[in-house]
Amino acid sequence: MDFSLSEEQQMLQSSVSKFISQDYDWDSRQAIVKSDAAFNADHWKLFAELGWLTVPFSEEDGGLGGSAVDLIVVMEELGKGLLIEPFLANTVMAGGVIAATAGEEQKESLLGGVMEGSLQLAFAYAETQSRYNLANVECSASAEGDQFIVSGHKAVVLNGGAADKLVVAVRTAGDSLDRDGISLLLIDADSAGIKRRAYATVDGQDAADIWFDKVSVPAANLLGEAGTAITVIENIIDRAALAICAEAVGAMEVALNKTVEYSKIRKQFNVTLSTFQALQHRMARMFMETQQAKSILVMAAMEMDRLGGSAPKALSAAKARIGKAARLVGQEAVQIHGGVGVTDELDVGHYFKRLTTIQFLFGSTDFHTERFASL
Amino acid sequence: MNIDFSAEELAFQTDVRAFLSAELPEEISQKVKLGLHMEKEDFVTWQKILYNKGWAAVNWPVEHGGTGWSSTQKYIWENECAKAGAPSVMAFGMKMVAPIIYTYGSDVQKNRFLPDILESNVWWCQGYSEPNSGSDLASLRTAAVREGDEYVVNGTKTWTTLGQHADWIFCLVRTGGPEVKNQQAISFLLINMKTPGITVSPIYLLDGTHEVNEVHFDNVRVPVENRIGEENQGWTYAKVLLTHERTGTAGVANSKQRLSGLKEKAKVTSDGYKMLSENATWQQKVAAVEIELLALEYTELRTLASVSTGKAPGPESSILKLIGTEIQQAIDELNVELAGYYSMPYVREQFAYGYDDTMIGPGQTANSAGKFFNNRKSTIYGGSNEIQTNIICKAVLGL
Repeated sequence: MDFSLSEEQQMLQSSVSKFISQDYDWDSRQAIVKSDAAFNADHWKLFAELGWLTVPFSEEDGGLGGSAVDLIVVMEELGKGLLIEPFLANTVMAGGVIAATAGEEQKESLLGGVMEGSLQLAFAYAETQSRYNLANVECSASAEGDQFIVSGHKAVVLNGGAADKLVVAVRTAGDSLDRDGISLLLIDADSAGIKRRAYATVDGQDAADIWFDKVSVPAANLLGEAGTAITVIENIIDRAALAICAEAVGAMEVALNKTVEYSKIRKQFNVTLSTFQALQHRMARMFMETQQAKSILVMAAMEMDRLGGSAPKALSAAKARIGKAARLVGQEAVQIHGGVGVTDELDVGHYFKRLTTIQFLFGSTDFHTERFASL
Repeated sequence: MNIDFSAEELAFQTDVRAFLSAELPEEISQKVKLGLHMEKEDFVTWQKILYNKGWAAVNWPVEHGGTGWSSTQKYIWENECAKAGAPSVMAFGMKMVAPIIYTYGSDVQKNRFLPDILESNVWWCQGYSEPNSGSDLASLRTAAVREGDEYVVNGTKTWTTLGQHADWIFCLVRTGGPEVKNQQAISFLLINMKTPGITVSPIYLLDGTHEVNEVHFDNVRVPVENRIGEENQGWTYAKVLLTHERTGTAGVANSKQRLSGLKEKAKVTSDGYKMLSENATWQQKVAAVEIELLALEYTELRTLASVSTGKAPGPESSILKLIGTEIQQAIDELNVELAGYYSMPYVREQFAYGYDDTMIGPGQTANSAGKFFNNRKSTIYGGSNEIQTNIICKAVLGL
């Protein structure tokens, strides 16, 4: 049992942390949010140069190794800066599906682009009616000759607006709740019959809803075996959930620090807020929640690595516990800041927003508590 | 970062299991597992078995008879002991006064007191709280007035756990004058309970058991050689001890064991329609506690890991006592809820080992309410959870 980071992990951590503290100050981050672009392309190039985009991939695929601990090291630091760039959606999620399913040729052309930063991908799996049931897939693909004909709708596709290619979960057999019969297709985002409606999310990121109307996709674009994609999808969504758990821990650390520091300078009744025990104890609770969140994050990452990549029970424990912590820390940060906390201008409210959306991404707190109990 | 045990650690785990299965007396483990009444002899018997193995003092330095185990070995030990139903170590000698003696005591004091603690020949109790000094411990008023080579001690200590069995008591007493600030007026004395002038009177807790006491000192003469360290420096020593006490009270291994017992009981307890274990509301409540405990287990492991690399316990350590006791009480409460109607009958004779008359309720495990009421103490003792919160505010957040 060892809780220390390897030398390589420490270097990775300090590389990300340096970028966030030096090049990703609040004003630059807000400038990206307010710009028309989904993210800052120069940043993306830099991430590629620094090697961060190789983190989720195995050494065989040309990556850094792909351990869950590496992933949380990076995501915790990115969470401190509320990163807009689609490291999660493109690299971890869509890239992760390709790495898990693609054949050698597909991999070579796609993963190279992902790791070099030249290819933007998005993973389209959720649908309006699916909520957190990953097997609830209605978007259909029927084989016709050497083509699949795809029709249906995908909801809240992260990085969906900027993506060059989409990795899409489709139903090739069975009924809409069957675990069997789900396949993965790689589809050019500008294919005929695709309608994309891109939008900004409440926490400043980029997403899209996407409609497919009899879109022709070459059969060669099938990723993995037809009808058996559910396990890959579950594993990737669990991996993405781990990533945002780490992001939440980073964001909570910042929200807590900002709240404590603000309480030491803001005066009412001629004394600083930090002197009121009612507030002190609430900040202590924020601290405890953050520490418990960090502990269960580390547990889940180590379990994933120990079990060869998939540890659903540990992941659900972490997502449920961190969702609870994110709720308390985000809400209390705003409440203790007072009026200024609910303004768009101050950063703390934006930490609260991200800590809120994280609770509902990839399974809510209740969903993961139930899943933990059932496993 | 990895979670695996090394080959040596796995071998250690095998040794521990073999030792526990061979040496832990069945009667004692049954009492622990069923939550039955424990006698002083049960603790002493087990502690002497550990002494003979060389495993009595898990945390002591090797030179005084400690095990020298790594933090992972200690973790394995705690978990295996909890699984096997080994009694917890009586903390007052082994975990509380001994670290003070080997850290701040003279060589004479080390030689005189430590071997008897290690062998469990002497039963210690703690004299800290007083009727008017609870959370504000430093305001204590038990006075020790110097007369030649002796202190004359007058005052009252309270909440003295198992003081009715004790041979010795370690006490915080006031030696400084009224003009001195409380924290700089306190000395640390070791007092033989047989000294004339000491009387012990019982206090009964909510479950009706005699566990704590008041200890009265009426002109009790204590040799100056029984003072630890410098006069008026006792508060400094006690604060260090309180840190040891806090990291020890999380009770993670024990709570894991109780939670798994609770889940087993839910499988054979009806909710009126089906087994309670199948009831969704129940499942969610149990899962929430289990998840909290899992997080706390890793908070404790992170703390142990940072201590083992020579660092002081990190800020995460200050939450161990606080969340650890909240979890204990949550499990207590779930046990009461599980018992339903049978949380009410309080048939004390059936909580004794060997009771074989008509059983009321689902058996000897039925003392859920007694345990629940008794353990409300855990968020109050050792520095109440509100005091722990104050410590986090001050020491961690700088508020």
